[in-house]
Amino acid sequence: MNGSLRNIAVWTAALAVLAFLLLPLCVVLIYAFDAASVQVWPIRGLSLKWFVSTWADEEVRSALLISVEVAGLATLLASVLGTLAALGMNGLSSRIVQAGSFFLTLPIAMPGVLTGIAMNSFFTTCGLPFNLVTLVIAHTTFCTVVVYSNVMARLRRLSPTLLEAAQDMGATPFQGFLTVTLPLLGGAIMSGMLLAFALSFDEVIVSTFTAGSETTLPLWIFGAIRLGQHMPEVNVVVFAVMAVTLVPVVMGQKLAASASRE
Amino acid sequence: MQDKAPEIVPAVSLHNLTKSYGHGKPVLKGIDLEIWPGEFFTLLGPSGSGKTTTLRLIGGFEFPDAGEISLCGEDVSRLPPYRRDVNTMFQDYALFPHMSLRDNVAYGIKIRRVPEPKRRERATQALEMVHLEGVADRRPSQLSGGQRQRVALARALVNEPSLILLDEPLGALDLKLRREMQVELKRIQKQTGITFVYVTHDQEEALSMSDRIAVFSEGRLEQVGTPQELYEHPASTFVACFIGSSNILTEAGQDILLRPEDVRVEAQGYVPSPDEAVMPGTVTEIAYLGPVTRCRVRGASEDDSILAILPSRLARGLREGEPVAAVWFRAAAYRLPASAA
Repeated sequence: MNGSLRNIAVWTAALAVLAFLLLPLCVVLIYAFDAASVQVWPIRGLSLKWFVSTWADEEVRSALLISVEVAGLATLLASVLGTLAALGMNGLSSRIVQAGSFFLTLPIAMPGVLTGIAMNSFFTTCGLPFNLVTLVIAHTTFCTVVVYSNVMARLRRLSPTLLEAAQDMGATPFQGFLTVTLPLLGGAIMSGMLLAFALSFDEVIVSTFTAGSETTLPLWIFGAIRLGQHMPEVNVVVFAVMAVTLVPVVMGQKLAASASRE
Repeated sequence: MQDKAPEIVPAVSLHNLTKSYGHGKPVLKGIDLEIWPGEFFTLLGPSGSGKTTTLRLIGGFEFPDAGEISLCGEDVSRLPPYRRDVNTMFQDYALFPHMSLRDNVAYGIKIRRVPEPKRRERATQALEMVHLEGVADRRPSQLSGGQRQRVALARALVNEPSLILLDEPLGALDLKLRREMQVELKRIQKQTGITFVYVTHDQEEALSMSDRIAVFSEGRLEQVGTPQELYEHPASTFVACFIGSSNILTEAGQDILLRPEDVRVEAQGYVPSPDEAVMPGTVTEIAYLGPVTRCRVRGASEDDSILAILPSRLARGLREGEPVAAVWFRAAAYRLPASAA
C-alpha cells in the first residue's frame, strides 16, 4: 500500500472512531439549542429559551446546589484523606503498598451497583437516615481513590534525598514536610481534587442507593428521562454537566502534566 | 597524633562504629577514625566498602548499631541531622525543584531565622563563591549538571558549618568538568577553612585532592594516611593494588610491591649492576597513552608478568613479541606487611 493511501485509511478510521464516541454528545448539545419542545431531527430553529426556563426551574436549581455541595464536600474530605493515605503508604514495603492500594481502590474497581448496595445496607444497619451526609460519605470513598492515586504517583517520583537535604539544612521533619513535600505535591493534590469533583458531579449509581430523598443533578436527569418529561430541559442540564465536568478534567490533566515536568 | 597536638579537638571522631542493614550482613565492622579541623579528608574504597554508610552516619541520616560519633568533641551519635552542625552535598544534588537558586541556597539560613536583608546578602555571597550569582533567579531544572552541583555546594557553604560532607559529588560529570570542579572544590575548601569529608571511589581524585585518605575495604579501615604515605608505603596488598597500578611479586611467601613506573625495559642480555634486579622476558602488550606507554613483559611462566610504565620516547623501539629484560632497582621494591587475614 502506498504512503498516501495508508494515510487516508488511518485518518478515516480515526475519524470514524471519534464520530462514534462524540456524535451522540453533539446531538444532545444541538438539541439543547432547539426551539421546539419535542425532539425531532432536524431541529426547527436555534433558541436559548430552554436555558432560560431551565435556570428558572426550582427543581433543577436545588439539584444543582446539592450536586455542587456533595461534590465540593466529598472532594475536600478526599483531598485530606487521599493525601494522608499516600503519605502514610509511602516508604512502606512494596507488598504492603500493593495490598493497601488494592483495598483503597476497591470502591472504584468494583461495579457501582455493588458499592451502592453495600453502602445502602451499611447505612441502614447503622441507623443513619439517607440524606446529604450519607451522599457525601459515599462519594468520598471513590473521590479519595482519585486523590490517593494522583499523589502516590507523584510521591514515587520524588527523590527521598530532598527531605534528607531539608533536614540536613536544619529543618525538622515537619518543617521539611511543609516547605518541601507539600509544595511539590500541590499540583498532584489539585489535579486529583479536580478529577474527584468531576467524578462526583456526574455520579448516578452510588447516589441512587444513598441519596434518600435528595436529588442531585444526574439523579434529576435520570428521573426526568424515565418519566419522559422536561426533555428540552434535560438537554440543557446535560450540556451544563458536560461543561462543569470537562473543565476540571482538562485542568487536572494540565496540572498533572506540568507537575510531572518538575 | 594525640601527643602531637593534645589541645586540638578533632572535627570528627568515630569510635568503634558498627552498622548492618536489616537482616543482611554487616556494612561497618568497627571504624575508628579522627578527622582534624580544616582537613580535606577522603573516604576511599570500592563500592560496598562502607564509605558512604560512614558518611551517612556522620550526617545523621542513619544511626550506628554500636559505637560513637563525636563532632568537635560533642557526642552526636543519636542526634538527627537537623541538630548537627554539618551540611551535606548529595550525590544527586537534591536541589529543591520548586525554588529558585537563591531560595535553594537561602533555605538553611531561612530555617534558622536569619533576617531577610542579611539572608539575601549571604545567599548572594555563597552564589558568588561558586560563580553563579548571575543566574540566582533560575530554577534548578534550567541548569546544567555542573551548575546544579555548584548550587548544591553553595547551599552547604551558606550555613557556615564546621563540616561539609560530600558524597561522590563529581560522579555524574564528564572528565573535563570533573577536573575543573576538583580544583574549584579544593580552592573553596582552603579559602573557607571548613573541614571537608569527601567520599569517592576514584583513587586518582583522592590522591590529587586530599590532605589525608582513609581506605575502606569490606567495612573495615585498611589504612589512614597522606596520599604519599598510601602510595609509597601501603599497609596492605589491598591498598597497594587499589591505589595506583602495581606489580605484586612474591618472594619467600611475602608480597612485594613494585610500581610500574619504577620498571625499565632494556635489551635482551642486559647486564644489571649489583643494586639492580632483572627479569628476562617477552613483550606481550604495548599501549600508547600519549606521555607514557604501558608495556607488559612476560617472563618464563604465565604468572611472571611485569607491567612497566615508560616515558613514551623510551618505548619507541619496542615491538610485541620482542625478547627484552625488565629491570628495576632493588630499592624501589617495597615489602608489604604480611596481611592480618
